[in-house]
Amino acid sequence: MTGTINIDGQNIPFEEGQTIIEAATAAGVYIPHLCHQPGYTPHGSCKLCTVKVNGRNCSACTFPAADGQTVINNSAEQELDRRRITQMLFVEGNHFCPSCEKSGNCQLQGVAYHLNMLDNHYPHFFENREMDASHPDILIDHNRCIFCNLCVRASQQKDGKNVFGIAGRGINKRLIVNSPSGQLKDSDIDINDSAVHICPTGALLIKRTGYQVPIGQRIYDHKHISEVALAQENDNGQD
Amino acid sequence: MMAKIKVATTSLAGCFGCHMSFLDLDERLVALAEVAEFDRSPITDIEHCGPCDIGLIEGGVCNSENVHVLREFRKNCKILVAVGACAINGGLPAMRNHISLEDCLLEAYRDGIGVENAQIPSDPELPLLLDKVHPIHEIVKIDYFLPGCPPSADVFWTFLTALLEGREPSFPYELVHYD
Ligand code: SF4
Ligand code: SF4
Ligand code: FES
Repeated sequence: MTGTINIDGQNIPFEEGQTIIEAATAAGVYIPHLCHQPGYTPHGSCKLCTVKVNGRNCSACTFPAADGQTVINNSAEQELDRRRITQMLFVEGNHFCPSCEKSGNCQLQGVAYHLNMLDNHYPHFFENREMDASHPDILIDHNRCIFCNLCVRASQQKDGKNVFGIAGRGINKRLIVNSPSGQLKDSDIDINDSAVHICPTGALLIKRTGYQVPIGQRIYDHKHISEVALAQENDNGQD
Repeated sequence: MMAKIKVATTSLAGCFGCHMSFLDLDERLVALAEVAEFDRSPITDIEHCGPCDIGLIEGGVCNSENVHVLREFRKNCKILVAVGACAINGGLPAMRNHISLEDCLLEAYRDGIGVENAQIPSDPELPLLLDKVHPIHEIVKIDYFLPGCPPSADVFWTFLTALLEGREPSFPYELVHYD
């Protein structure tokens, strides 16, 4: 079965089983997102893709497209909601972009630029979060993890391993490593694993690759995340 | 001739990089000087700011003096602007928030490499350090934010020309950076 949904006045076809974000991406309509990636089961945790479907707020990455839906993606209200959500992600972790080697290539930052986020609005948590630099090639800086679960899904679904997990709830949730010591060096992670390359932020990094491109020439320094995401995800979505 | 608008600037827990970036306005400073004059600022060396139109604050809040200066600016400036990453989110100085104040002081003044005549400064003239470094919006209300580490001269120019012309400032994509 196929059908049509309407996003911001534009009619968009969908196929049975597609979510709203999948139909939108295929039609070249960008819905901001961080925890969604084509080819991975939806997680629905970041809430950045929140759209209004027939008047109700829904996550576009988990909500199935259905014939005749009216979806509002771009409105002042939607943009403010998304900016506030992004600001919450910033104050909950410790995001000091000038000292982060992902800066300029970071999707969290790219989304914030896209939303014209100029400040963090909320009081900062400045929560104590650790770093795991135990592995010779891979680094986890928990300060920057937004619990998108992509590394967890990538490890399970693409790499056939189970290196990562999210433990705890609410403000106590944290990314854990499935190894006897809890350290990355004692896990069976490999530098070529999808899980190592999928992190949208600077939480999971490959050592000795940072700062190779100067500030000002990195991806989101000059390209909107909307453009980058649509191009990449339509490519990846095909395979 | 219209009265010039008054601008005050200060650096709290910052590195003066935002001020340096402001000076990158280069010859545009001449045009700015025709319509604006400085009140308290490193350029004028005035100690307390008087009634002003715009206050530009660089740096976060790391000690008791920063709190006083920030409150004085809020009281005197019609429009208060957070300039740069440190003012907006604490910036690099806030990276000390994960280390206890005691350990910071010991490392800087007693145990650090190359420290001579080790002693923790304790003169009553010295401002007291706060437990944590805070962004300025956590202390007083802020009207505008100029992101960047530092914001480029073009950010200052876009912002100030908009205000002077009575428009609401807005920044094109290329000017919004957090690094
Ligand atoms: S992960 Fe992204 S948002 Fe966080 S500090 Fe690094 S560049 Fe900034
Ligand atoms: S480490 Fe990265 S990919 Fe994994 S949950 Fe955190 S932000 Fe997501
Ligand atoms: S992308 Fe939909 S909730 Fe994260």
